[in-house]
Amino acid sequence: MAKQLITVTINNKLTELYVDPRESLADMLRNDLKLTSVKHGCDVGECGACTVVIDGENFDSCIYLAIWADGKSITTVEGLASLEGELADIQQAFVDDGAIQCGFCTPGFIMSTLPLLNVEEDLSREEIKKQVSGNFCRCTGYTNIINAIEHTREKIKNDRDSDK
Amino acid sequence: MVVGKKINRVDAVTKADGTAKYTEDLLDDKCLVAKVLHSTIANGKVLSFDLEEAKKVPGVVKIITSFDVPDIQYPTAGHPWSTEKAHQDVCDRKLLNTRVRFYGDEIAAVIADDEIAADHARDLIKVEYEEYPAIFDMEESVNNPGDVPIHEEKPNNVIVKSNYEVLDYDEAVKEPGLIKVTGVYETQKVQQCHIENASSFAYKEAGKVVVVSATQIPHIVRRVCSQALGCDMGKVRIIKPYLGGGFGNRQDALTEPLNAFLTLQVGGRPVKLMYTREETFFGTRSRHAMKFYITSYVRPNGTFAAREIVAYSDNGAYGSHAHALVANAVNAFRMMYPVGAIKGVAYTVYTNNPTAGAMRAYGIPQIGFALEAHVDDIIAKLPNDDAISFRKKNMMQLGYVDPGTTITCHSTGLSECIDKGREAIGWDEKIEKYKNQTGDVRHGVGMGIFCYKTGVYPIALETSACRMILNQDGSIQLQVGATEIGQGADTVFSQMAAETLSIPFENVHILSQQDTDVTPYDTGAYGSRQTYVTGMAVRKTAESLKNKICDYAAWMLNKDRIDLDLVDNHIVRVGTNDVLISLKEVAMEACYSRTNSNHIAAEETHHCSDNTYSFGVCFADIEVDIPLCQIKVNRIINVHDSGTIINPQTAEGQVHGGMSMGLGYGLLEKMLFDPKTGRMLNSNLLDYKLMTAIDTPDLEVAFVEPKDPSGPYGNKSLGEPPVIPVAPALRNAVYNATGVAIDSIPLNPEKLFQEFTDAGLIK
Ligand code: FES
Ligand code: FES
Repeated sequence: MAKQLITVTINNKLTELYVDPRESLADMLRNDLKLTSVKHGCDVGECGACTVVIDGENFDSCIYLAIWADGKSITTVEGLASLEGELADIQQAFVDDGAIQCGFCTPGFIMSTLPLLNVEEDLSREEIKKQVSGNFCRCTGYTNIINAIEHTREKIKNDRDSDK
Repeated sequence: MVVGKKINRVDAVTKADGTAKYTEDLLDDKCLVAKVLHSTIANGKVLSFDLEEAKKVPGVVKIITSFDVPDIQYPTAGHPWSTEKAHQDVCDRKLLNTRVRFYGDEIAAVIADDEIAADHARDLIKVEYEEYPAIFDMEESVNNPGDVPIHEEKPNNVIVKSNYEVLDYDEAVKEPGLIKVTGVYETQKVQQCHIENASSFAYKEAGKVVVVSATQIPHIVRRVCSQALGCDMGKVRIIKPYLGGGFGNRQDALTEPLNAFLTLQVGGRPVKLMYTREETFFGTRSRHAMKFYITSYVRPNGTFAAREIVAYSDNGAYGSHAHALVANAVNAFRMMYPVGAIKGVAYTVYTNNPTAGAMRAYGIPQIGFALEAHVDDIIAKLPNDDAISFRKKNMMQLGYVDPGTTITCHSTGLSECIDKGREAIGWDEKIEKYKNQTGDVRHGVGMGIFCYKTGVYPIALETSACRMILNQDGSIQLQVGATEIGQGADTVFSQMAAETLSIPFENVHILSQQDTDVTPYDTGAYGSRQTYVTGMAVRKTAESLKNKICDYAAWMLNKDRIDLDLVDNHIVRVGTNDVLISLKEVAMEACYSRTNSNHIAAEETHHCSDNTYSFGVCFADIEVDIPLCQIKVNRIINVHDSGTIINPQTAEGQVHGGMSMGLGYGLLEKMLFDPKTGRMLNSNLLDYKLMTAIDTPDLEVAFVEPKDPSGPYGNKSLGEPPVIPVAPALRNAVYNATGVAIDSIPLNPEKLFQEFTDAGLIK
């Protein structure tokens, strides 16, 4: 099948590439760009292991066609750490709170939390849980993941307050 | 002290930044794709394949059918091989099977240039079958095996029947005044559901077949592949990268043997065999469904006089781990309350269901549910006992030696676990408060306890090896054959090495990868054995390395070896603790010395000939909405005695994960099958109900830490046990809330509706 040219910003870098119109965004990121943090857990939008952020919103990239990404901006977990390799707050919180075990759900899970981190109004634990219920984790029982999200939100809030 | 400290996992950053490479992430661009054709009948025989249309699909490289594979039946279980024939695993499957035994059996494989061609060609293969009546019920399979046995080697469909008796049961039941309690308890088939599917790829290099695979047991998989291919073990190399969860499913050879065979069919070109979620559900392994008939005779003073169990275990189509699980279950029936006469009979049965294998806690969540439900049924009939007093009177005590296995209770903190949990959940107040409730929404508390043997000794061999190499900077490479599968093994091994060597934790380097051509031998991750068995190998190797370092330092410093020790990363004088030289200086000299270069390394094997029990309890506080048939878990706490905790953070993580799995087991999860065809109906993560974040209450964890004298650092098993006591605690809480004793799980709305209707709570 004839490939199509798309222009897409990936982890802050403008990229042009030819993609198969049948190809999922997950496969494009994994195969063409070697962003292998994007995991396959089901390939049908059930597990969240392939979650990426597209223009600020989280999506299951396995059920998102690569050609739909044309003109959009995509972030994967590879795009979070600083150039020097310093982890983003949410990544560090996952590490410190014991929110990682096998790690297979981790990149997708972290991406699902991103839209929540800067929400300024208070979010209850229940609300946070609801927001990330599209991501399965079989290892951790979620408790430490929710802790990591809360701790990061607190840190971001404190940083925001001290900036004011 | 490094042991006992909360330390972040050694692999956490690599997993958080997305650089950890799992099997599929290591794929070669040029890899061919294999897709398996699964049977669409549950019992019968393939008569012929019509491959004509399939072969025409552009991109198809080769199609292999069940008629093309070697005529070799091989075992798949992740057990150490027994050199005695009588104890060897069941060898009952071929790489592809002409004799079809469940809906989904592997009958052919397409190798193609890409996914689309492989899928398309597979769909075009036509199969002609001879069909036999299928048997899906385990008791039916024993009582009425039919004319064509599922495996001709077992004409009555029973893989193994075993029994035992402690004291004289028939005599014991004659005691006057006993109260008889009977019950029938059933547990369902569930799946491990690790988020990384079953996956491997294989190629040939330097005359050997190399399989890269998400496995818990690389050294065992090497042996299984060699058996399946009929080649020498040295001709097979298994590489295990980072791994996305196992939970026992990968304590079995899954895609590896066929994958190894397929690459050899295309001249050793790389071939990947990655199962989809659907295939992982029905085509790998699952937890055995079991059914238990229990009869107890209890004295009015609340002690057991006698009890009996008859257990059935649905093994499905192929042997895999076979009888080991239900044998474990009926043994635990004896061990948990080793009081009075006890007898047990257990059957492991072939059916035409997908194959069951190992899953976290290996048969014990099943018996844990049955026994702890039964205990609450007994307590309801006793005048002077409650859930805690009865358990404390009858449960295993320090020094117990199991008559069946000789496993000895070297330490127990079970009583303290119960006390701690009782206090934390507010048991006594809640028992009072929840008395005599009426209305639609009722509250209840429930508990369940367990004991769990740490390793597999003496039932199977326990052996483990470790290697340590001193680097020039005084840090070490730590190499083990034991596998990190998410549980935190690499982190605790590193802590153990740092502790015994007395070097900083950061100076221990470990790779989360095993390669059977490089790593020392270990049977792998199962049975919560690694911190206990491999832990001992790590300690022994660290002691040996330390000795060699001190030997070298003695030469360097021209001192007596006996006066030197390695403490805090330095060579010191014994007694005064005077620092003589840093480890780094010793390491540099040892490597680069022009007169005495010595690459200091140590390698030791620990052949374990001991075992011990860990213990714990779960307390649950729930509310039941009777008309809605909903259970809400308000609080749940697990308290564990796993001996010394090596790392509180990873330990807590293990308990969280087990509790979550226990909640799913008790409340939601069940593999469903079409009763006519045997096709799995919910082989996806929407219809198969896994716990999500919103379903999960905040999980509470506590430990008591009696030091176990047999563990390398006082530690005992922890990985599997947390799943065990959750389902019975929930069931007993529903009983407490509603007065309805439910004898099977999951306690999903469908079941609650039936039970509450039968009990007259729903009209
Ligand atoms: S792989 Fe995309 S949701 Fe599971
Ligand atoms: S850490 Fe293993 S699935 Fe989440």
